[in-house]
Amino acid sequence: MADTHQYCTFYAAGLYFGLDVMHVQEIIRYQEMTRVPLAPPVVRGLINLRGQIVTALDLRRRLDLPDRRDDQLPVNIVVQTDDGAVSLLVDEIGDVLEVPETDFERPPDTLTGPSRDLILGAYKLPHSLLLILNTAKTVNIAAVGRI
Amino acid sequence: MNEVIREFLLETHENLAQLDLDLVQLERDPRGTETIARVFRTLHTVKGTAGFLGLPKLQAVAHAAENLLTRLRSGEMVYTPVIASALLAAVDAVRKMLDALEKTETEGADDFAAAIATLEALLVAGNAGPAHVPAPQVVPVVMPPVPAAPMVVSAPPPVEAPTPAPVISVEPAPVVIEKSRSLNPPSLVSAVSTVSAESAEPRSAAVSDSALRVDVGLLDKLMTLVGELVLARNQIMQFSTTQEESAFLGTVQRLNLLTTELQANVMKTRMQPIGNMWSKFPRVVRDLAVACGKQVHLEMDGKETELDKTIVEAIRDPLTHLVRNAVDHGIETPAERIAKGKPAEGRLALQASHEGGKIIIKIVDDGRGIDPDRVREKALAVKLITPEQAERMSEREITELIFLPGFSTADKVTNFSGRGVGMDVVRTNVEKIGGTVDIDTQPGLGTTLKMKIPLTLAIIPALTITSGGDRYAIPQVSLLELVRLEGEQAQQGIEWIHNAPVYRLRGNLLPLVYLNRELQVADTGVDGEVNIVILQADDRQFGLIVDAIHDTEEIVVKPLQKQIQGVTAFSGATIMGDGRVALILDVLGLAHKANVVSGLRERGMVEKAAATDAVPKETVLLFATRSGAHMAVPLSSVARLEEFPRSELERVGSRYVVQYRGQILPLLDVGKALGRKKKTRSSAAHQKSSLPVQVIVYTGQGHVLGLIVGQILDIVEEAIVTKSRARRRGVLYTAVLQEKVTEFLDVEGLVQAVDPDFFDATPVEV
Repeated sequence: MADTHQYCTFYAAGLYFGLDVMHVQEIIRYQEMTRVPLAPPVVRGLINLRGQIVTALDLRRRLDLPDRRDDQLPVNIVVQTDDGAVSLLVDEIGDVLEVPETDFERPPDTLTGPSRDLILGAYKLPHSLLLILNTAKTVNIAAVGRI
Repeated sequence: MNEVIREFLLETHENLAQLDLDLVQLERDPRGTETIARVFRTLHTVKGTAGFLGLPKLQAVAHAAENLLTRLRSGEMVYTPVIASALLAAVDAVRKMLDALEKTETEGADDFAAAIATLEALLVAGNAGPAHVPAPQVVPVVMPPVPAAPMVVSAPPPVEAPTPAPVISVEPAPVVIEKSRSLNPPSLVSAVSTVSAESAEPRSAAVSDSALRVDVGLLDKLMTLVGELVLARNQIMQFSTTQEESAFLGTVQRLNLLTTELQANVMKTRMQPIGNMWSKFPRVVRDLAVACGKQVHLEMDGKETELDKTIVEAIRDPLTHLVRNAVDHGIETPAERIAKGKPAEGRLALQASHEGGKIIIKIVDDGRGIDPDRVREKALAVKLITPEQAERMSEREITELIFLPGFSTADKVTNFSGRGVGMDVVRTNVEKIGGTVDIDTQPGLGTTLKMKIPLTLAIIPALTITSGGDRYAIPQVSLLELVRLEGEQAQQGIEWIHNAPVYRLRGNLLPLVYLNRELQVADTGVDGEVNIVILQADDRQFGLIVDAIHDTEEIVVKPLQKQIQGVTAFSGATIMGDGRVALILDVLGLAHKANVVSGLRERGMVEKAAATDAVPKETVLLFATRSGAHMAVPLSSVARLEEFPRSELERVGSRYVVQYRGQILPLLDVGKALGRKKKTRSSAAHQKSSLPVQVIVYTGQGHVLGLIVGQILDIVEEAIVTKSRARRRGVLYTAVLQEKVTEFLDVEGLVQAVDPDFFDATPVEV
């Protein structure tokens, strides 16, 4: 069992993603957010997580995917970072999966764009590919151009 | 009591309590290497500090115990109850000496030679077999020199039954003899507890009992919780306004008071006297003075002034920098001082005091002061200002230049200061925590730097407002007043200087900033009403137009995460009474963003102009540009007023000129030049009208040019008091003249801005 990893899985724009389960603090349903004018578009707002103010980043925008429909409420995946908790807004939550290391493969060179830095690779599951995100890089938007 | 000794006592008392526990623990687990190491470290620290403080007896006891532990640590000896007893006795001895130290500031008269002897005997005997190190065998040898010390020595217990431990109690003090006897035959645990209980009694009001060390993390946590409580209180207070039950309202009132008091007290736990931070300055000043060959006497006033821990951290570097600057740049060498008739020893004073909810820290030196001429030269040399600007600036404004990035007046860069990254960083850091830095200098007499900083950052009163449908908090410290314009006033109260809105506040022009526009959010204000929040940023005031103004609340400042730290308009966030998050506006950041505070902070102009009693009257020519703006130029630079038929305008290259008294006069259309930012050649659209062109023949700085204006209005002589900083290039400042907002034209600046080689390329034969 030493060669398996646990991932918290979720969907965004039809793609199947996974984050290391150890980085995920909790999952909460959609919360009212306070928008932050002048902030990069990927910042959707601030939420009050039991007295802690948490920045919510839209994973679709982070990966340059099209925005979700207005009537589709996102879900917050709260991840732990060096800078405190950060929420990632995704479309839908999947299961926690335990996958064998041997099924992992690094992304092909044809993967370009912002996703290139963020997607570590994919697990070849029977029905789909599970794309693994680099948690630290995903929440670090300082590297992305500011407005 | 000496601060060092106090600290030592506090620390050691705590460590000793742990030591007792550890020693007992070791009896149960003699091979607990970590525990042994901890005991060793503690005793080692005691020994070291005792040596440092000049307490030989304490040092000797700790040393003996440490030696024994060295063996235990290395495994050469095994921990036995006998050793435990000896070590505990040593701990007791240490404790006694500490008590004496606390009461008399000496180690006391007691001699603990016996305890040391026991420890040494054990050391010599080694661990041949735990049971074979009977203290009695050795002790008698050492006993004679201290016959007064009665010893209660019970036989070593059977190895397999360590609990009813033996006690080698070496207690020379008569008071303790009784106690020692009563310990017969005690369990080790109870002996220890008796000792501590006994020793705690006379120390009831002692240092170690009246103060606790608390983890800063815990205090921060408490502060956070109190913050939450404040929010919950706010929420309940809000809810209570809809209730009528008097019992409930009474309880809410009580909750309110308690919360406020709790908040104040928790804040107090984070307060530190500024003296703690200052304590390093004597050394800093001394070292620096020696290195610079100067003599400096440092005075510190108001050491007890308390500030929040986070503030102390935030001003540590700026303050150190200012102190270094004062010694390095401010105070002269003894020879220089004597030549000037000052005492050879320079004086540097640090003063801290409370003033209206803020802390004022002054750094005063009696050194050479700041010479405005040198600052001006330097600023010109490094091109921080243009010669024109330099000419217009007052001494105070010149002095303020030292706060610009890249400025240093030190003739040579020394090790300590003068690297050109100084005062601007100081000011930026202090402003970050909502403070200000001001400078007051008198050449030859000295400099005073005044830092004004808030008491705390964690919980602040703030005004809540709405803009673009969202709520924002504005820290009350920046708030001056609120103005609400309704009906007709809302229509007419706001005037425009070109594209800059202004409001006349008691005769002064107040620049206005629309928050919705700065934040790029939708306008959601109610028509027919204008809410202006008048704010202070730096030394400048401006009006912030918001959609709605709510009330003032205590808010808990939470830092922004790094994802949005780059947005300068906000300094933090807070959770409001309804649980939603609101952003806290960074007034200074906003002011910078809206250009209220310019990069070249020409501070004090407004205040200075208004403060001067005898404002000299100026004669100015009033005119309107072809686009209708009211402007003025000093009459002294107007040579003539002319009217030229359009047909006389001639084109030379891209410019318009006119033949005038046998010369060629270059023309500049003021309205057009101001209207465009980039290069504009003189007007080309004159042909359409057949009316003559109004021209002001302007002379200045060796140049002659014609300013094409729309209409000459008047010549007035007025004392111009209500100046306000220019909002666009080509304008010196704006003022109210004859009830009209008027811009004062900066001809040179304008020419420079629209066509830098206007004069060079124009054939003027003067």
